[in-house]
Amino acid sequence: MVTTSAPCSTPLAGRELPPSVRNQGNSGPASGLGDPGSRERAWEAAAAVKDPEVPVLTIEDLGVLRDVVVDGDRIRVDITPTYSGCPAMDAIRDDVELALLRAGFDSVEVRLVLAPAWTTDWMSDEGKRKLTEYGIAPPSGHAALRRAQGPVRVSLGVRCPRCGSLDTRELSRFGSTSCKALYECRACLEPFDHFKAI
Amino acid sequence: MSALRQAQGPDLDGAIDPHGDVSVDALALAEELAGSGERAGSADIAEYALWLGDDALILSQQLGAWITYAPELEEDVALGNIALDLLGHARSFLRYAGSWDGRSEDDLAYFRDEAEFRSCWLVEQPNGDFAQTIARQFLVSTYMLELYSALRSSTDPTFAAIAEKAVKEVDYHRDHAVQWVLRLAGGTEESRARIIRAFGDVWPYAAELFRDDALTDRLGDAAVRPSSLRPGFDAVIDAVFAEAELEIPEGSASAGGGRHGSHATPLGHLLSEMQVLARRHPGATW
Repeated sequence: MVTTSAPCSTPLAGRELPPSVRNQGNSGPASGLGDPGSRERAWEAAAAVKDPEVPVLTIEDLGVLRDVVVDGDRIRVDITPTYSGCPAMDAIRDDVELALLRAGFDSVEVRLVLAPAWTTDWMSDEGKRKLTEYGIAPPSGHAALRRAQGPVRVSLGVRCPRCGSLDTRELSRFGSTSCKALYECRACLEPFDHFKAI
Repeated sequence: MSALRQAQGPDLDGAIDPHGDVSVDALALAEELAGSGERAGSADIAEYALWLGDDALILSQQLGAWITYAPELEEDVALGNIALDLLGHARSFLRYAGSWDGRSEDDLAYFRDEAEFRSCWLVEQPNGDFAQTIARQFLVSTYMLELYSALRSSTDPTFAAIAEKAVKEVDYHRDHAVQWVLRLAGGTEESRARIIRAFGDVWPYAAELFRDDALTDRLGDAAVRPSSLRPGFDAVIDAVFAEAELEIPEGSASAGGGRHGSHATPLGHLLSEMQVLARRHPGATW
């Protein structure tokens, strides 16, 4: 795996944290980092962080959370960007750090890793269900299938997350964020976002 | 930038900042980096990273100028998203290039002069009308898709990782351009005339992308040999032109020279706009 952490990748030292965080961090039961459950607890804390732009999804649902490694009294969390230019990554990195502080871990490094490259195939079924409920059509088909086609593409049917109709139309392949396309439903006439397969 | 990331001081246990007395600016810059944590292994690797990073950066800046000016709202959004992906690629490559001699991605983007840029002439061609932007976009994204597909096998792990990520995004960029080429060529007489004229304008600048160079010769399998990309590029152009009933434009190839710092006239104008704020207020953050 190729790591992409910056030399100063978010060490906690050097940060003035809000008192509320500090108190929670110190009063929690989680000071014994050597205990065997610490990786699980760290994973749980990181996994609960929400995507700031699609707040029904956690970074675990999205497949953005790649790994949690306990090394002595240090916790390293690997996250991967959905898109190269995704501006949400900075917010996600901060949120992961805060979540781990709140869980009682006080030496945390969050790394951005580029390889292996993120794909919507990593999105959990639970994540796809939550997306649909939220009003965003989840990725359809497998990303690998898309890449197998030639330069002039045939796109797969996308189901309307509101009425369930397959009679939908792509308005724009690019939507409100890098990861979405804009669709409209010809049955219920509502526009909706579609999470693109990549 | 969040207050969290700007803040400095003792951590929970009052430990000393392991980075010593790094200034706020330097710390903030380092933390925003999106590229690799590895240091480039040689000056040649860093130079090649500049080639690729500058192409992505200049094209990103060009496309950003379309926002609020595109023919329809959806197109503002599309070109804006494509520009954002390209900026992500540029940051990764420039950061890697700068790791060789200690420069940050912002140093490279804002504080190099025209002759220090390594972008090709095709990305420097003006936006023109929408057809010209689409014609340029079709040629560049077709080239980039071939390039990144091949670069995934680079012996340099950082190049391979950036390419693996970029290839999936550029796939959407090419798709976008193909759809518009077909639409404009098969649309009205006016749209067809414009896309034909646009390809006539930008086609001479494609040749530079496929010229082998002493640098890529020296880098061997760490880089991609430019001439090796030509057959794949031509096959896509031929297929789409056949579908759109367009002819390959005639005319001689441009001399180019961007890889060695000779640039088309528009680059200077673009840089002055892109760099003025950072140069007027060095180190500014918000």
